[in-house]
Amino acid sequence: MPMVTKKMVAMLLAGGQGTRLGVLTDRTAKPAVPFGGKYRIIDFPLSNCVNSDIDTVGVLTQYSPLELNAYLGNGSAWDLDRNSGGVYVLPPYVSGSRGKWYSGTANAIYQNLAFLRQYSPKYVLILSGDHIYKMNYAAMLRCHIEKQADATIAVLQVPMEEAHRFGIMQTDDAGMITAFWEKPKNPVSNNASMGIYIFSFDVLEKYLTEDEKNDSSSHDFGKDIIPKLLSDGKRLAAYGFNGYWKDVGTVKSLWEANMDLIDNPSALDLNDSEWRIYSRSPIMPAHYIGADAHAENSIVSEGCEIYGCIERSVLFTGVRVGRNAVIENSVVMPGARIGEGAVIRKAILGENACVAPGAQIGIEPDGTNAYDTTLTGDITLVASGARIAECAMIPAGMVVSK
Amino acid sequence: MNEKAFGLIYTGESNNQLRDITYSRSIAAVPFGGRYRCIDFILSNLVNTGVTNVGVIAQRNYHSLMDHLGSGKEWDLHRKRDGLFILPPFLTRDNTGLYRGTVDAIRSVMGYVRRSAQRYVILTGSHTIYNCTYDAMLKSHIESGADVTIMYSEEKDWGDAVRYDDLRLTLGEGGRITDLEIDPYRPKTPYRCCDAYIMEKSMLEYLIEDAAVHAYTDFMRDVLVRNVSKLKLNGYRYDGYVARLDSVPSYFKHNMDLFNEAVRADLFNADHPIYTKVKDEAPTRYGADAKVKNSLLADGCIVEGSVENCILFRGVHVGQGTSLKNCIVMQASEIRENCALDYVILDKGVQVRPGRHLAGYEGFPVTIRKGALV
Repeated sequence: MPMVTKKMVAMLLAGGQGTRLGVLTDRTAKPAVPFGGKYRIIDFPLSNCVNSDIDTVGVLTQYSPLELNAYLGNGSAWDLDRNSGGVYVLPPYVSGSRGKWYSGTANAIYQNLAFLRQYSPKYVLILSGDHIYKMNYAAMLRCHIEKQADATIAVLQVPMEEAHRFGIMQTDDAGMITAFWEKPKNPVSNNASMGIYIFSFDVLEKYLTEDEKNDSSSHDFGKDIIPKLLSDGKRLAAYGFNGYWKDVGTVKSLWEANMDLIDNPSALDLNDSEWRIYSRSPIMPAHYIGADAHAENSIVSEGCEIYGCIERSVLFTGVRVGRNAVIENSVVMPGARIGEGAVIRKAILGENACVAPGAQIGIEPDGTNAYDTTLTGDITLVASGARIAECAMIPAGMVVSK
Repeated sequence: MNEKAFGLIYTGESNNQLRDITYSRSIAAVPFGGRYRCIDFILSNLVNTGVTNVGVIAQRNYHSLMDHLGSGKEWDLHRKRDGLFILPPFLTRDNTGLYRGTVDAIRSVMGYVRRSAQRYVILTGSHTIYNCTYDAMLKSHIESGADVTIMYSEEKDWGDAVRYDDLRLTLGEGGRITDLEIDPYRPKTPYRCCDAYIMEKSMLEYLIEDAAVHAYTDFMRDVLVRNVSKLKLNGYRYDGYVARLDSVPSYFKHNMDLFNEAVRADLFNADHPIYTKVKDEAPTRYGADAKVKNSLLADGCIVEGSVENCILFRGVHVGQGTSLKNCIVMQASEIRENCALDYVILDKGVQVRPGRHLAGYEGFPVTIRKGALV
């Protein structure tokens, strides 16, 4: 069947397991992790696509895709249910006698070249599903075309001490990339790659095919493809971005990004009608704040019933907070139940977690029993569907599994 | 699932008692409960019953209604087979496009009725709000062998409220209706029609044609009341919460009823969700100085002042130092800093300038028209 040609097709890498999010990604792929009261992480890149007039998006999944698949559905929540194009979930598949799991970001795209060829795109946008930001990819494409680049990388200035966690690049006066190091020990600049690439499709096709044949390659864009393009003298442009951008790959950064919405709402304006962030809305009534309740400095979504006190917290859809309960500095994901008189401080509660009356979460540890806080620091983490017993005392930084 | 019935919703009710709230829209499109329109409840009831074929008879100011309903996607009524049909007035040689009443209106959509394959029709108005499926009512209708079954509820305290299309049922043995009165000065019975009727499609066709040839115009008055002894009319009792939006005070009261947990549990029953148009607003944000008590708020609000006993629809801004008490504020209205509002209904997109004071009374809330600048 002949397909309508698309100028640019987006490929969203959503296969990450997100191990640093601990129990939050036990049964969910990272892009499906809830964020900001009613969203999931993937809503941000998807909404950016739609708002940038990109109507064809492949979502590459591999790890625990069930929830993500169900969430995406036919894409209608993002206006991506189209006659031609729309959103496609692209899991690894077997073809003939061949077929294997995605073995790297570049390999994942390589395995889906047939999907891309259907649309004969001139450009391909590569995105990852673990960042919170609003960005106009159409403007990035204009930059790519103006600079006659073979590939364009979105670049953000990060604090120098963080630079070693990113792909770091050096650019000339014309904004062309002259050198690139993936996660360097001693970074020479703080121009960090955001993991967002635009490739001219013919270049992408050629390099992915060559990279696939190279057994010593790890099939990764940052480690293999970009350095190879540079050493071949291809034109690589940097597209500067200076808005809000947050990697929410760790418990701490996920918590911080949620708090940013409260502390500095204008940094990532979610009320901007010109750049809406779309999401699949659950069918719930307006939220109710009780006669003896208190809510300040917080974000509350539809379907909540709040009879207690909430301060500097993000409450997702359908959360119920009992009388005299106190929630501070916390993120409470959809459907969680907080019993009467429970106290929750600096915690992330997973979906449908249930805290019985009188329980206390995030109390000062008394040092009697040791537990691992490498993933959590001082943030207490309660898994989706976990139940906290009546009057239980959960010390700060502990992880409560289901 | 119920594939035996189709729904027909009449939205042409004219009611001046709702004053400015219906200035720019039909009653069906009146906002209710923070994020809904009246018609969402009836439509969701039909969909939750398993009805997949729904006709909406539009008449008055139906632009707002059509905008809200769209293709019917939000109610799962965007279908290849059947689905949602919006039926606006039109002009032909024997149709003036102006309905003189419900009989006229239904007669003009007979083409749709005839094409509907289902045996039964669930006919409703649009200004009565409740959450129930029609399964039990349909079953009762079939078992009783009635010509028309009328849903009613018991209204315990009707005081001296303004009456509008207040159809009172006198019930005899086995739920048989022995008398019907419209807007009686002193109602004989507490049994009040809920604006929902079930009958066979062929019965509706017959009743409408019979009324038309006698130049009758009103379904309630001319078809039901006139024929109470000739037809077998049965009552079907509904015991859940019913809100009839027949005047500004009743509109106000029924919104305020939502502060009662039992009413919310009934009307927003999670097993029978009420669907509405999705707006993709961000969640509501409370500022550092926000105070909020006993209030219902939809998404997209920014609250920096104090809010008590209020219903805030989507995207409402409440400025710093502002106090809202006993107010209903519709979508995208903005109340700037240091205002004080008590017993006020702000329609959509109203701007209240800093420092303004407005106050009404419980029995007479001030209503501010859509888009006004105060």
